[in-house]
Amino acid sequence: MQKKLILDSDLLDITLSRLCQQLIENHKDFAETVIIGLQPRGVLLAEIIHQKLEKILRKSIPLGLLDTTFHRDDYRRREIPVKATETRIPFVIEGKNVVLVDDVLFTGRTVRAALDAMISFGRPEKVELLVLIDRKYNRDLPIAPDYVGKIVNTLASQKVLVELEEKGNNNKIWLINKD
Amino acid sequence: MSKLSQKHLLGIKDITREDIELIFETADNFKQVINRPIKKVPSLRDVTIANVFFENSTRTRLSFELAQKRLSADVINFSASNSSVKKGETLLDTVNNILAMKVDMIVMRHASAGAPHFLSRHIKANIVNAGDGTHEHPTQALLDAYSIREKLGSVTGKKIAIIGDILHSRVALSNIFALQKLGAKVMVCAPPTLLPKFLDQLGVLIEYDVKKALDWCDVANVLRIQLERQHIKYFPSLREYSLYYGINKKMLDNLKKEIVLMHPGPINRGVELSSDAADSSHSIILDQVENGVAVRMAVLYLLAGAA
Repeated sequence: MQKKLILDSDLLDITLSRLCQQLIENHKDFAETVIIGLQPRGVLLAEIIHQKLEKILRKSIPLGLLDTTFHRDDYRRREIPVKATETRIPFVIEGKNVVLVDDVLFTGRTVRAALDAMISFGRPEKVELLVLIDRKYNRDLPIAPDYVGKIVNTLASQKVLVELEEKGNNNKIWLINKD
Repeated sequence: MSKLSQKHLLGIKDITREDIELIFETADNFKQVINRPIKKVPSLRDVTIANVFFENSTRTRLSFELAQKRLSADVINFSASNSSVKKGETLLDTVNNILAMKVDMIVMRHASAGAPHFLSRHIKANIVNAGDGTHEHPTQALLDAYSIREKLGSVTGKKIAIIGDILHSRVALSNIFALQKLGAKVMVCAPPTLLPKFLDQLGVLIEYDVKKALDWCDVANVLRIQLERQHIKYFPSLREYSLYYGINKKMLDNLKKEIVLMHPGPINRGVELSSDAADSSHSIILDQVENGVAVRMAVLYLLAGAA
């Protein structure tokens, strides 16, 4: 199994800061904007970005987490089912701008399920997608991100491993070749 | 672990502690779903479920039907009272006819113990036992244990007294299995005539004095006197039963601790429970009903995935 480093800790920090600046450019003071991290792996990323934004803007911004398990289109079609996790959206999304956050955009099926799951909580004004890694040529559905950390050209057989830590000085993103 | 070890839910006896914990964790998520403005998820939209009831039921059938609809499954209902069963059709023929219409899952209640087990050997669809005679009622036991877990944080190590008509109760047997698998201590309390002979093999405590049982327990699960199943007299009169085994608010208030009061319904008010006890702050009877939908959603969802 070969591992190739795509982003190290320093570079990742710069990328995250850039994503925050892009978000502020479009959402100004976040008066009508909420952030929702996708379970399981988008949550930590959403928390990191949320923390950075609150530090820059010096105000509190609503943060939620969304589990897409019950809305997936591959239930009963895969060998081992995905295990459901918590959904927590402690605010109204009706009429808000929603920024969905996930770590890796691959086939787009999780994002499709997330859009479906999110609508159960109301009708947002606008929905945007932020991903740290965009695996560009692997999409099964017409879904494109609005904010991208890094575009990576991958084969379907490869894997992208995101290692984030809460207090993380040791964040790394790897590209893994399966033999 | 995100998959059940069984493809049917025939009884609590057949499933593992890990299965029960998976059902509870999944039910936590469904409980959150049914408290949203839109109480529905599309998980089972390609699944058809038949509710086949050879015995009367309101609560269990409504609860199952609601759970199925909240999962977006297609539902058909069948009750034996107005069907070909009256014309002499066998159980297997009836069910095979339903399955020929491309049904994926059967929820069945039957007056004979073992009926769903018999079916499971002959058909391919997933089967959920919604009560077989005086044998098992697994989803009721799961929702009871889930309600205890929700109220007290955990079932492990808790003391649970099951009080009432143990002999005719499928809820009692399933509850004993479920609670013991989760590491609780179980006591049964009833007049000797309403205790089945095999009880000593189950490792439960036996108590004939309801006041002592209440003193001992953290949770009292009170069962209904099932007059429809009692073909001989097991006690002199309902009045006498109520006098010796009925629970009222005063008895609960006189205890030196808070206990949780449960009942699977329907309550015979004034017989096993007085109205002031059933409606008191000790009672979590209506929480049990709410949790029933979430737990049944979890069972149906997980069984569909286990197929």
